[in-house]
Amino acid sequence: MIKTLSQRLLGPVTLVLLVLTFWLGLWVTPPDKIQGNLARMLYVHPAIAWVALYVSFGTAAIASALYLWQRTRSVVMDRVAYCAMEVSTVFIILTLITGSIWGRPTWGVWWAWDARLTSTAILGLFELAYLALRRANDDPELRARRCAVFAIIAAINVPIIHFSVDWWNTLHQGATVFTENGNLLVHGIMLWTLFISLFAFTLLFFWLLRARYRVEVLRAARYDVALDEALAQRRREGVR
Amino acid sequence: MDGTSPVVVLRDAVVLIGGFPLLSGVNLALDPGTLTVVTGANGAGKTSLLRLLGGLVTLTSGAGVVSGIDLKTGDLRELRRRVGWLGHEGSFYDDLSVRENLTFAAKALGRPTEEIPRVLERVGLTSRTTTVAKLLSAGQRRRLGLAWLLLRRPETWLLDEPYASLDDEGRTFFDDLIAEVVRGGATVVVSAHDPLRSTSLRPRTLTLAGGLVVGDHS
Amino acid sequence: MIRVALLVAGKDLRIERRSRVLLWQVLPFGVTALVLCGLALGPLHAGNSSAAPGLFYLVMLLVALLMINRAQVIEGSPGTKASVATLGLDPAGVFLGKALALAVELWLTGVVVLAGSVLFLHTALSGTLSAVPSVIVTLAALAAAGTLYGALSGGGQGPATLLPMLSLPAFAPLLIAGERSFSDALHGGSLWRWWVISLVALAAYLAIGILLYGVLEES
Repeated sequence: MIKTLSQRLLGPVTLVLLVLTFWLGLWVTPPDKIQGNLARMLYVHPAIAWVALYVSFGTAAIASALYLWQRTRSVVMDRVAYCAMEVSTVFIILTLITGSIWGRPTWGVWWAWDARLTSTAILGLFELAYLALRRANDDPELRARRCAVFAIIAAINVPIIHFSVDWWNTLHQGATVFTENGNLLVHGIMLWTLFISLFAFTLLFFWLLRARYRVEVLRAARYDVALDEALAQRRREGVR
Repeated sequence: MDGTSPVVVLRDAVVLIGGFPLLSGVNLALDPGTLTVVTGANGAGKTSLLRLLGGLVTLTSGAGVVSGIDLKTGDLRELRRRVGWLGHEGSFYDDLSVRENLTFAAKALGRPTEEIPRVLERVGLTSRTTTVAKLLSAGQRRRLGLAWLLLRRPETWLLDEPYASLDDEGRTFFDDLIAEVVRGGATVVVSAHDPLRSTSLRPRTLTLAGGLVVGDHS
Repeated sequence: MIRVALLVAGKDLRIERRSRVLLWQVLPFGVTALVLCGLALGPLHAGNSSAAPGLFYLVMLLVALLMINRAQVIEGSPGTKASVATLGLDPAGVFLGKALALAVELWLTGVVVLAGSVLFLHTALSGTLSAVPSVIVTLAALAAAGTLYGALSGGGQGPATLLPMLSLPAFAPLLIAGERSFSDALHGGSLWRWWVISLVALAAYLAIGILLYGVLEES
């Protein structure tokens, strides 16, 4: 019952929190002393990046690892990995777009070879490659295995990409929320709005993941029906 | 597994690849030390059946045991070690010579390379030792594939259309060799378009159509 | 595992020596690509560009893609695949062997392309020579990664076009690390952090390959 209730409430709660985030971010919080109204990106970009780089990609990587682990191998893990990766790709693209919008006034260009932007783009390319690999293999088991291995390789690449690009070039503004010592840089209503946005976009990810998973289950059911028909037709060839 | 229990048991075996049922419910039992010929039209499922018996494709549904190994839950790598495969396309590296191919196989299996000359003599390729595989004729390529198998001496021989594009001499050679292998206790499964013409062999002949066994003649 | 690795590497290198694909197709391609890079830089920059180390690695990435495809084609025919599968070779050994053979081929090509960069892009000979150890490590990492991606892309639809899509994002940090260490070797900078990237990538890909190559082979 609790499960059903939480499933039913996920969508409305996500919607309410997103509306609250936009209301607080656009009307209630003050503009920044230096960045002015542009600082309102603080309530969108970090939350989207958090979901793209950690929540969704992490979900896909963990589900892939669980698929490869013999004891936890199941079609559910494969589907969760695929759906999370697809949603993650959308969030990565949004991260790059919002990052570009935020960086344009500072850098003077829409794209700069900044470390975080570049490493996010490379991770996005990994995710596009995952989706390409997914579509290149028709056999469900072969596809699941290959995609799981690829997701693990991508996950292991994350720190390698991070350090290589970070050492290569960094233009990104310093930490926005915490100093290096862990002290808060954002206070009051701005901080609360930031936390609400993080929570809202995290819930949005899980809501999208659930919706995408349902579509995948329906697609799998349709595939099973098609298989039964193909099997029956094949058997008729033998009887004839 | 004792010497009389079947070496192959399949029950309602279904193999799907890319959503297409290659085998649609095969029921089969094969005894050890026997010769079985699988016939049928193109696309009937002959090669797929052989590949299933060799652990080269996975069993989608149904049940199957080959050489004591469960096709669904068992170690397919171990099963593959126990079978020998001869494909009609060629079963070796085209850019290596006859000897180099056999040396690779022998070393991979941990067999002494001293056996190679004897095997080459048995298949009649002694004069082609240094010839690169891609320069061999269809019959010679088939003999090289057999040499690879003779070096291995597997429990189960899976020969996929070995008679294709062979002349009478080649067919007779194959018949003799298969008879020798079966007498030695191995189980041999051969796929072929038509029943064997040989009068010396007395195989069990299975007919496949639509991924099913539709005929069984001993 | 090591015995199988040496056996597979020896077989792949013997096939390469016999077919001469590396000599007559890949090496000329590498030199051609380097000359085209010089043309793309224009007459003012072709001979004195700081882009030379990056272009060297870009050419090596393209060469690697060709070689990875080639390594897959060797095993590609259905009959060969089935027969080799029935040999029951240790997949970790097969991975190491194929990666070793690919590394040797990339090292040989690297020597020629490095000589080409001295000749066409005017990189200093002493700096180029001091970059050789880092080139060896980076190309080895490229070979290990490439062997995995070759297995991932093989067998599906459009393997030759899928391979660059899968592998190039993973090659990005290797390109960065290789380019930086080559530049540092030319200009006397500190090398250690770029060595760390290449070495960590090499170790990571070797570990993944040893652990997971069997999963790919099974499929």
